[in-house]
Amino acid sequence: MSVATSDTAVRTGVLTRAIIYAVLVVFAVYYLLPLFVMVVNSLKPLDEIRSGNMLALPQTWTIEPWLSAWGTAQIGVDPTGLKPYFVNSILMVVPAVAISTLLGALNGYVLTKWQFRGHRIIFGLMLFSCFIPFQIVLIPMARVLGIIGIAGTTWGLVMVHVVYGLGFTTLFFRNYYDAFPTELIRAATIDGAGFFRIFQRILLPSSGPIIVVTVIWQFTNVWNDFLFGASFADFDSQPMTVALNNLVSSSTGVKEYNVHFAGAILAALPTLIVYIVSGRYFVRGLMAGAVKG
Amino acid sequence: MTVHNQLRGTLQDYLPRLVLSPSFAVILLFVYGFIVFTGYLSFTGSRMLPSFELIGFDNYVRLFSLRHWSTALTNLAIFGILYILICIFLGLGLAILLDQKIRGEGVLRPIYLYPMALSFIVTGTAWKWFLDPGIGLENVMHLWGWESFEFRWIKDRNFAIYTIVIAAVWQSSGFVMAMFLAGLRGIDNEILKAAQIDGASNWKLYRRIVIPMLRPAFLSAFVVLAHLAIKAYDLVIALTNGGPGRATELPATFMYSYTFTRNQMGVGASSAVIMLMMIASIIIPYLYSELREKRT
Repeated sequence: MSVATSDTAVRTGVLTRAIIYAVLVVFAVYYLLPLFVMVVNSLKPLDEIRSGNMLALPQTWTIEPWLSAWGTAQIGVDPTGLKPYFVNSILMVVPAVAISTLLGALNGYVLTKWQFRGHRIIFGLMLFSCFIPFQIVLIPMARVLGIIGIAGTTWGLVMVHVVYGLGFTTLFFRNYYDAFPTELIRAATIDGAGFFRIFQRILLPSSGPIIVVTVIWQFTNVWNDFLFGASFADFDSQPMTVALNNLVSSSTGVKEYNVHFAGAILAALPTLIVYIVSGRYFVRGLMAGAVKG
Repeated sequence: MTVHNQLRGTLQDYLPRLVLSPSFAVILLFVYGFIVFTGYLSFTGSRMLPSFELIGFDNYVRLFSLRHWSTALTNLAIFGILYILICIFLGLGLAILLDQKIRGEGVLRPIYLYPMALSFIVTGTAWKWFLDPGIGLENVMHLWGWESFEFRWIKDRNFAIYTIVIAAVWQSSGFVMAMFLAGLRGIDNEILKAAQIDGASNWKLYRRIVIPMLRPAFLSAFVVLAHLAIKAYDLVIALTNGGPGRATELPATFMYSYTFTRNQMGVGASSAVIMLMMIASIIIPYLYSELREKRT
């Protein structure tokens, strides 16, 4: 979609074009403003925020808030900073993304190239699972995690994210493999290649783009999740989003806005970097999640 | 040898189903089984822990008599309608403007879209302090010399819900823009040229031809935004934590607080069922039509 093949050929005057550019730039400022506020104020000493202008550049530049947010800020009961929670998020995201992507690829392969009776219903049921409000599963999930014995652990969160990510990963791969020529598969079957061999040798080598899209989608979703983290994590397995919220909303002591902003950027950094590095794929994932086909 | 081959044959036949079955079993249990479980709990007198004694529709009767719940529903209606309308309006507007052979589109588009990569907790934190009258926008205007400027919606019971709209629109409107832009790029230029030759004005061109052709994009945008609105939870927690008072309570925050902090699991479960029904009534027809279109 990102390839602009045919721009609309509307005739516009110089004045109209100037207005169009002005409007577009104003909106660019609007979208950038909160990020600007976060960055600028994370580099100011606290009293400069309290007495000064939030939109002004720092008079005294300091990275103290960043160091505090990362290593020493009070979160919950301990002055640990966000660092351990950042690690928690990484430990949660990597297996969750890997497992759900792999399963999604296999599911998409089966649902397009090895169709059997009822494949449509199965896909429909998996697809609907993407959209359910997770409030409907919170109570039983809390119990099941307890029964399995992984309540409050990172592995518990990994499992939850794999389960509720499966619908989307399956959707992505299904739509991608759907367009893959079935004749190639048929020919390979006649040559005696089996189920896994075909997957490994024929489909997987050409799945690069969709793997990237799926990994980015899952990474963003799992990293940004708050509800599951807040519901199912213990103090020592809380992800970054939950820790950030604890940091910002803790009612004790002075509100260290600059530390909050630095923490917010730290929490946003991984997904922002992914977005900047591979924006094209990010958009594709978003679109594929919304517009099937 | 032949027996071996036969065995291999049947195994090959069942292998695809075997590969799919763990995922499908997990979805059946953890999605549909859990929906049934929560549905069942909504008819029981569960409080702190689940109880399995049925009490009929009492929880639903209680739910709809609670002021908190009607606040949550009213807020959802205000938030949902404004969020969807403003996002679609902004998204469509920006997409149309960006579609005018704009130099620098490659720079502008990612800027409009990056908020979508952020967590709602980050968005909430940024807007919480930006809208804070003490240090944020109001203070900035005062320092710039506009002494009478007042903007304290986030502290005002009657207006706090609109600050949720502001932050949510900021986060999602770029995404809606991308959806409309994709739709616009899919329109055949010849049609537009023909209409221009016929002397249609730009305004007419868009109103009569282009916008009607974007119907699928409108539908997708509506479905995505509506389901995000019903699920909205993180943003409220980070921005206002449901306050001031209970002024920004939404169904998702209601469910959480009734189930896990107020120990009224039965009522919490019934509110979750209502949320599911709201989403299902939007998503199921949409998925049904999308999947059916594909078949033909």
